[in-house]
Amino acid sequence: MVDQKTLAATGNSLVAEAIRQCNPDVIPAYPITPQTTVVEELAKFVAQGRMHAEYINVESEHSAMSASVGASAAGARVATATSSQGLALMWEELHIAAGMRLPIVMFNANRALSAPINIHCDHSDIMGARDTGWIIMFAETAQEAYDNTIMAFRIAEHPDVLLPVLTTADGFITTHSIDRAEVMDDETVAKFVGEYVPTYALLDTDNPTSHGNFAGLAGPYFEFKKQERTAIDASKPVIKQVGEEFSELTGRPFDLVETWGMEDADIAIVVIGSTAGNARHVARDLRTKGVKAGVVKVRVFRPFPAEELRTALKGVKAVAVLDRSESFGAEGGPLFLEVRSALYDLETRVPLVNYIYGLGGSDVRLELMEQVFSDLSDIASGATAPFGLTYLGTR
Amino acid sequence: MSKWDISKISEWKSEDFPRAAVIPESGNSDDYNVGGWRSERPYRDEKVCTQCMLCWIFCPDSSVLVEDAKVVGFDFEHCKGCGICAAECPSNPKFGRKAIEMVPEGCEMPGVK
Repeated sequence: MVDQKTLAATGNSLVAEAIRQCNPDVIPAYPITPQTTVVEELAKFVAQGRMHAEYINVESEHSAMSASVGASAAGARVATATSSQGLALMWEELHIAAGMRLPIVMFNANRALSAPINIHCDHSDIMGARDTGWIIMFAETAQEAYDNTIMAFRIAEHPDVLLPVLTTADGFITTHSIDRAEVMDDETVAKFVGEYVPTYALLDTDNPTSHGNFAGLAGPYFEFKKQERTAIDASKPVIKQVGEEFSELTGRPFDLVETWGMEDADIAIVVIGSTAGNARHVARDLRTKGVKAGVVKVRVFRPFPAEELRTALKGVKAVAVLDRSESFGAEGGPLFLEVRSALYDLETRVPLVNYIYGLGGSDVRLELMEQVFSDLSDIASGATAPFGLTYLGTR
Repeated sequence: MSKWDISKISEWKSEDFPRAAVIPESGNSDDYNVGGWRSERPYRDEKVCTQCMLCWIFCPDSSVLVEDAKVVGFDFEHCKGCGICAAECPSNPKFGRKAIEMVPEGCEMPGVK
């Protein structure tokens, strides 16, 4: 384990620090609440000469991701950050970045989408990116946001992967709260991340290549999509291996799915991001009262950790999946749909219910977690599970 | 650099293709007729042309043919008909007009519609 410095800092400040330490060549960025302080700090680092990146002030997020694609195809290590409407505006380039297999690292401050306009936390923005081909990581705390960002570069640039990575934290809750975190020194991070050596670089004039080519008119488009599927499937062991190395270095555990109390849990909550802390707090209280409650936190959403979730939830008597975003008209929120699909392969059915919570930063009070666990206890002791999804905490 | 052999490309499997539709060689558009979508073609009047070479400098598809430092014509396998050569062509004061103008595809002479 390496020596680390303990800081009190916001999630955004720690993400900016992680990006600086990973030393990208190009940062095309556009500010948006609640990501703004990340790009402000990066701009400051560049102005102060504390990092040598080319910082490009672009005119929109559409241009931020377009410039990222161009710079990455040129052979640069590229990082950027966005949120909400900004991520939505990048939609077409998100697919292009993944389709061109460009290892761009982007931080997203998870925030609601308009309308009505709202600047607070939910996962509507990031869940919109779930089918773009990007690897997607979630952080519960500022520490995890720092750690994920550093790991993201190693994962993205791994020769078996070469896919862009979205590393995220919950808007305001994690991005703006001051949290305790341990950071490594610059050399340790530089050594861990290593140097990026692109295999095809537009600026490599000795080995000229053409990028973003046409594969239509009965051309091999389908074959290239299969390459993308193969790459994201191959990213799972890479994420695990990078996580293990990171844990060894820092002493902090990392897994695609992190569990609390699941060794003997009767009831469990599956959750993503900052709310995992609320769920664990209530589960801990319930344990003192003899209720075998557990919490499963999904830290990597793409590739989806189906096998890990089957292992964690097998034999549990009642499970609640908490979604902080909607998939209007579907059977439930995005996380619920995927968890239920993963559990379909288990021989014994696990009773599963879905709660939509905290949209637009709506408060996730401990009473709400208590209510979910109380519903689960009822289901575990034979009550009929409510059909469909439940809106948690709405009037 | 040896040419990229794609003679059996129709039999390639997903993993045989270079990653992400990258073409790992330069200049292979020489092998293809990519001028097929042209709706207008540049027409150059030899008498009016001063051989200033601006068309050759500006052509984004290297389709202005030059021999012995003189413009001799256009490569219509690769010219897309963008009209940049005609736009950049300076007016010759002796004739009061440009040497290059765009004409509808299929016509040989300017002014014929």
